[in-house]
Amino acid sequence: MGPDAVGVPLSKKAYSAEAGATQDAYAQVPGFYTLFRTELVLSARRRSDIVNPLLFFVTVLAMMPLGIGPEPEMLSRMAPGLIWVMSLLATLLSQESLFRGDYEDGSLEQLALQPQPLYFPVLAKVLVHWLVTGVPLALLSPLLGMMLNLGAAGYWPLFISLVLGTASLSLIGAVGAALTVALRRPGLLLALIIMPLYVPVLIFGTGTVQAALDGYSFGPQLAVLGAILAVAAALAPLASAGAIRISLEN
Amino acid sequence: MSWQWFHRLGSPRWFYQKSSAWLPWLGGAALLLLAVGIVWGLGFAPEDFKQGNSYRIIYIHVPAAFLALAGYYIMAISGAIGLIWKMKLSFVVMRAAAPIGAALTFIALFTGAVWGKPTWGTYWVWDARITSMLILFFLYLGVMALSGAFSREQSGDKASALLALVGTVNIPIIYKSVDWWFTLHQPATLKLTEASTIDPSMFYPLITMIAGFYLFYAWVLTLHTRAMILQREGRTQWVRELLGAPAPTKA
Amino acid sequence: MSSSRLSPSAASPVSPAQNAAVCSDGLCANGLSCERDGRVLFAGLDFQLPAGTALQIEGANGAGKSTLIRTLIGSTSDYDGDILWGGKAFPRSLAAMRAELLYIGHHAGVRRGLSPLENLAWYGAAAGDAMAALDAVGLYGFEDTLCQQLSAGQNRRVALARLYLPAVPKLWILDEPLAALDVAGVESLEACMRGHLQRGGSVLLTSHQPVNIQPLVKVNLADFQPQERHWEAEYGA
Repeated sequence: MGPDAVGVPLSKKAYSAEAGATQDAYAQVPGFYTLFRTELVLSARRRSDIVNPLLFFVTVLAMMPLGIGPEPEMLSRMAPGLIWVMSLLATLLSQESLFRGDYEDGSLEQLALQPQPLYFPVLAKVLVHWLVTGVPLALLSPLLGMMLNLGAAGYWPLFISLVLGTASLSLIGAVGAALTVALRRPGLLLALIIMPLYVPVLIFGTGTVQAALDGYSFGPQLAVLGAILAVAAALAPLASAGAIRISLEN
Repeated sequence: MSWQWFHRLGSPRWFYQKSSAWLPWLGGAALLLLAVGIVWGLGFAPEDFKQGNSYRIIYIHVPAAFLALAGYYIMAISGAIGLIWKMKLSFVVMRAAAPIGAALTFIALFTGAVWGKPTWGTYWVWDARITSMLILFFLYLGVMALSGAFSREQSGDKASALLALVGTVNIPIIYKSVDWWFTLHQPATLKLTEASTIDPSMFYPLITMIAGFYLFYAWVLTLHTRAMILQREGRTQWVRELLGAPAPTKA
Repeated sequence: MSSSRLSPSAASPVSPAQNAAVCSDGLCANGLSCERDGRVLFAGLDFQLPAGTALQIEGANGAGKSTLIRTLIGSTSDYDGDILWGGKAFPRSLAAMRAELLYIGHHAGVRRGLSPLENLAWYGAAAGDAMAALDAVGLYGFEDTLCQQLSAGQNRRVALARLYLPAVPKLWILDEPLAALDVAGVESLEACMRGHLQRGGSVLLTSHQPVNIQPLVKVNLADFQPQERHWEAEYGA
């Protein structure tokens, strides 16, 4: 510690008052890659945030046969729906903390002050959330399909529909997480406001698997899931960005 | 200032004072239409050859379902106006519209269930429209829960307005997907509110009821908005004078 | 924007006409009033912060210091009056102001899951510069420890290390920067701020304790308490 820090020269560009020179002063804006890598590093350091939703997913699904009976026909009829509903819940539960840490330590406020739109930081966060929640859920789904006696034709469609669908779930859930980040205990409220918005993804996710099990082509359902994802990717980060600014005003 | 009228329109006080003059007319017209529609529909419209008298519940069910959906859009558009133009009044209208819309959705669901008993022999069927109504009900509950969760009123206003807007984008997608889901699982069974050819003698009372419900909605929305204005502006001079409270003293 | 209904109880240090004349440079407020939850916190606030000067906002808890700061950085637009940057009013000049703003708020903006070095890198600092800055705030040897393992005061210093980086932005807005610092830390920070002022930067800060920097203007929010305590919320009527 010492006064020698006073002597640090300041670059001219940061001190230039002309509007045209502001481009140079943007050096502090983190780019998309920096944002993405930081989020990835942060989630890798909070392993429980990755593992807990998966454990929840597996544990609750293991409860299902205990609740509804072990008959293979019944389980195999219910398997697509059960796996999809549990993925929904696992995604939702893990999403509560999506913006919380950044909100509480002030880095969300710092991001909001940057001249760039909040769209990309939100997208980076959601992308990482999907990579550490949705993708592992999809990878785990064959195992659960086996436990629930899912028909052989259903495995591949289940995996693809979960990969596509959980990305939409992460995007939509981010809006809810951003709307409730300023609240102290949003848990159930987040589920209440987001669950109805999950309906189309749930319908077409299970629809994909059901179509394959019934021996039909499941391409159309996957196409609809893709379309939902495209709309969600375009609009949900915008809505989340607006919600973050509202929450920061609180 | 050409925008002055707009800002005056956004002033809760201005609205409160002006709406006093509309209220009796609005309420009178709503009650008159509802009375005419009910007597006409329940008393004079002919019996249905297949469903007998039980069909008459459409005189409540259909207008309620109409307004449940329209009410969501009214709520979302008021919220959007508030977000874009920072108009205080429109947030109040949005908050006032939420419970009314939720109540209408509930009425539509309830009358649908009551109608389902004689028609299908069961109160609840996972029909596409009933399911969509149920999800609409949840959307309303979400907006209400979120608006009430914030201790700071303005944050609750803006957050729930944004949620209502997100819901607006989603409603057509939800409706379409539920429709698709229904045709997949229950192909070509009875459709509850399928507007098959309806005889004019049944149709005119229905139109009267729908118009009556719209006016009734406007009336109740105005009343609720006025009540919320008083609650929100309770600190201001004009509300205190209106309510006959003593003038505020400098603390 | 009409603020005529809210007259400040104390005379403002600068008359509005005089204020407008000097407002071509830096950050200025003109008749600024803020409310929160229907209560007016302060009204008719005027100040200017030209290059090379510092401004200390004083006031009791709940006087509106944090609300003022959040209004000045543009986090909320619920205010009456004008905020100007470079002679142009918000929100037109907001982006230009933010491009030259370094803000350290009540929440420091330090990610608990990152190390001090990673935190500074996130703010765009090169590794060498970041090491020098961390050294300057007395965190030498902690640069690779995760911030969640550091104390509150050390986390505060990680945030303050941004002030010691080269090519810092021109306008500093700091909410309680001296809180949780020891005597040596306070002295170092004051030296850093003096250097910033000498090089033509400007500092706006809140603090409960005296700050030894020059030239410093103090504004006490208690002097801008509204006489009319109840917010008349309507337009034109």
